[in-house]
Amino acid sequence: MIKVEAIHFTYPTGVEAIRGVTIQIEDGEFVTIMGENGAGKTTLVKHFNGLLKPTHGHVEVDGIDTRNASVAELSRKVGLVFQNSDHQLFSETAEEEIAFGLRNFGFDAQTISKRVEWALNLLDLVEYRKSSPFMLSGGERKRLALASVLAWDPQIIVLDEPTIGQDYQQKEKLREFITQLIAQKRTVIVVTHDVEFVAECRPRVILMSRGEVVADGPATRILTDYETVTKVSLLPPQVTQIFLRLSDLNLPSNIIDIYEARRLLSARILKAGLR
Amino acid sequence: MSVIKVSDLTYTYLGSEKPTLKEISLVIEKGEFVVLTGPSGCGKTTFCRCFNGLIPHFYGGDLKGNVIVSGLMVHDHSTSELSQHVGFVFQNPENQLFALSVEKDVAFGLENLGLQRDEIRSRVEWALEMTGIEHLRENAPYELSGGQQQRVAIASVLAMQPEVIVLDEPTSFLDPLAAKKIFEVVSRLNTQLKITIILVEHRLDLAVRYANRVIIMDNGQIVLSGHPREVFNLEKARLIGVGIPKAIRLFQLLREDGIELTHVPVTPDETAQLIREVLKP
Amino acid sequence: MRVFEGLKFKRASTPIHRLDPRVKFLISCIIFITAVLFNELLPLLVLFLAQLPLILVARVHREWIQSLKGASIFAVMIFVMNLVVGYMSPTSSYTISFSLAMAVRFLVLIASFSSFFLTTSPDDLGLALEESRIPYEFCFAFTTAVRFVPVLANEAQTIVDAQRSRGLELEKGNFMRRVRNYIPILIPLIVSAIRRSLELAEAMESRSFGAKKTRTSLYSLRMKSIDYFVAILTFALFFFAVYVRMVVAIPRIEIFIP
Repeated sequence: MIKVEAIHFTYPTGVEAIRGVTIQIEDGEFVTIMGENGAGKTTLVKHFNGLLKPTHGHVEVDGIDTRNASVAELSRKVGLVFQNSDHQLFSETAEEEIAFGLRNFGFDAQTISKRVEWALNLLDLVEYRKSSPFMLSGGERKRLALASVLAWDPQIIVLDEPTIGQDYQQKEKLREFITQLIAQKRTVIVVTHDVEFVAECRPRVILMSRGEVVADGPATRILTDYETVTKVSLLPPQVTQIFLRLSDLNLPSNIIDIYEARRLLSARILKAGLR
Repeated sequence: MSVIKVSDLTYTYLGSEKPTLKEISLVIEKGEFVVLTGPSGCGKTTFCRCFNGLIPHFYGGDLKGNVIVSGLMVHDHSTSELSQHVGFVFQNPENQLFALSVEKDVAFGLENLGLQRDEIRSRVEWALEMTGIEHLRENAPYELSGGQQQRVAIASVLAMQPEVIVLDEPTSFLDPLAAKKIFEVVSRLNTQLKITIILVEHRLDLAVRYANRVIIMDNGQIVLSGHPREVFNLEKARLIGVGIPKAIRLFQLLREDGIELTHVPVTPDETAQLIREVLKP
Repeated sequence: MRVFEGLKFKRASTPIHRLDPRVKFLISCIIFITAVLFNELLPLLVLFLAQLPLILVARVHREWIQSLKGASIFAVMIFVMNLVVGYMSPTSSYTISFSLAMAVRFLVLIASFSSFFLTTSPDDLGLALEESRIPYEFCFAFTTAVRFVPVLANEAQTIVDAQRSRGLELEKGNFMRRVRNYIPILIPLIVSAIRRSLELAEAMESRSFGAKKTRTSLYSLRMKSIDYFVAILTFALFFFAVYVRMVVAIPRIEIFIP
């Protein structure tokens, strides 16, 4: 469980990036953190594995105050996958890349080779095991970065903007993958501004703006609040926009999912005998 | 009048065994707003680089067939020359801004062309105005948001007064509202200045409303081409794996349930209007 | 790295900032040459203190002091080394005051160039370079480098963060281990730099870089009367310093250890 108690964070340059945030994330939750570029989302998640320590307040991960633990200790529990996989990849082969984190955390050779096998399979990278990370395509490199973090089996996974530059199918696969992670009882936190992606996953949504949390709740409530959503430089999902325009026709206004939309509309239209 | 004419284009990267582009033929008329999309690896990024000479001049490789842009054969003209007809806006805003102020960045291309100072000054003013960033003229790149940086990139390209502007996933790093603003700016350039636009995008929900043509590529070839309302409505489009705009998807789903909206919508507003017509005839 | 704070441009609108960058560069150079002219503590101290009013007018005193703080460790080293050499060869004239003078000379040099960089925007610097007939490629390389320094610094930090998040502990281990620990930092940094250069090159090509041999410019530097005045004043002071060096006997501040 992650407990964030009234934290403030100011960068050495003097910029106050977090201005009083209090949230709690339970085990097994699926949370997305959204907001405009520069709202403090990445700054916030960097507190979860101790990369940043709050200038006021404190953060607890599974009961441990992050100010009293090293980044390595906390990263064992909280796996943070950065936005740009090129900032991580450096090894000669994909295998080596995955083994890197495992070695740092002190796993023995046998466990390492088992985990590497497992991670390669999980992310569909077995054929690339001996390939250089730099020879892989963009999507493959992203998968490799994810594999290298999952390898040490962190309970909490944080993905920072995983959908940037991904095409539709890659996003579908990512979505399925997240569902798998949730089924494995992991806590999944995704930082993103991709509203459509979030709409299809229906997680808990935390909206941030200028270092503060402005909204926190289920996606169906948060993403359908036009005012709040546009204030943080986002747009409501397309389906929501359609229903907002039809709100005077006695249709619910908290729809974000296209299949639900279709069900509702078909039922209404066919019931009224209008075809 | 066609501004881009591609005939039997086949291109293989240097050191590669298989061609990335296979026998593509295409004609783009002046004033069109084209959205170019397709799954990762389909060749759209490679294809759009053929329009301003980066392929073949910068990347080398083997270019077969013809690409004619504004009457110029890409084979025979340098990127320098072609850039005066085809402007290119790249995906990462950070790596296409060189100067230490917005003004100087917008002036960069014009300075390279050796234009006179007053000409540069007036074009810079005009470009800043068209993209709505006059108030940012003295700012340094690092002081700008991603959306603002992309507008600077567009202004820098616009200042060179090209007939065509190619944008390669310009909104990848931007949040939805910033992305919308970029599309609005680009659309304005198309409708007011009649600049031909080729926009490579994955974010089709926001982009297609401005397009009068969609080209879907797969595996190095053009598979579908036509008006967004027609192309995205085809089963083939869905099978290729592009993200069908939700407005059109809902149209398709309702049709499966036996509900026929009067025409294919491309925006949520249109969809809502059409549904309203059915619910309250 | 605090010394680098003193080399970063601080945006403000003071008379010093508004001076032509070439004149400011001239001032820094003249101070440099004058500092080399003198071995004696007194004139070097004067030279150091003479810069204070300029720093105060330019309102960059805080950053200026930062750069001096950062440079002070080297100044101390210079002082100690000169003292040691002086102690070991009793026939030479290396006394405490001489060693002090050498340390002060070093600080004068740092101070003069620090004040130049603090009050001159990289933009103006680039323009000054261009107008000094230096080939455009070098000027461009310079301004682009300056433009990307903050970007690269950020990226380096991000890479360190990303690798630390995979359990990399940079502070642990013996010397060899620590050096090896930097490989996961350096490689992504280098690869990233190469990718960035490629993207930049594409963008440059797409804006007709190198199209014409003679490039024009949106802005040009124009010397105002104040610039001429300051330049002439600087030369006058320089000639005065040369005169002092050649003709005047400088009172020695001797500090003896009995």
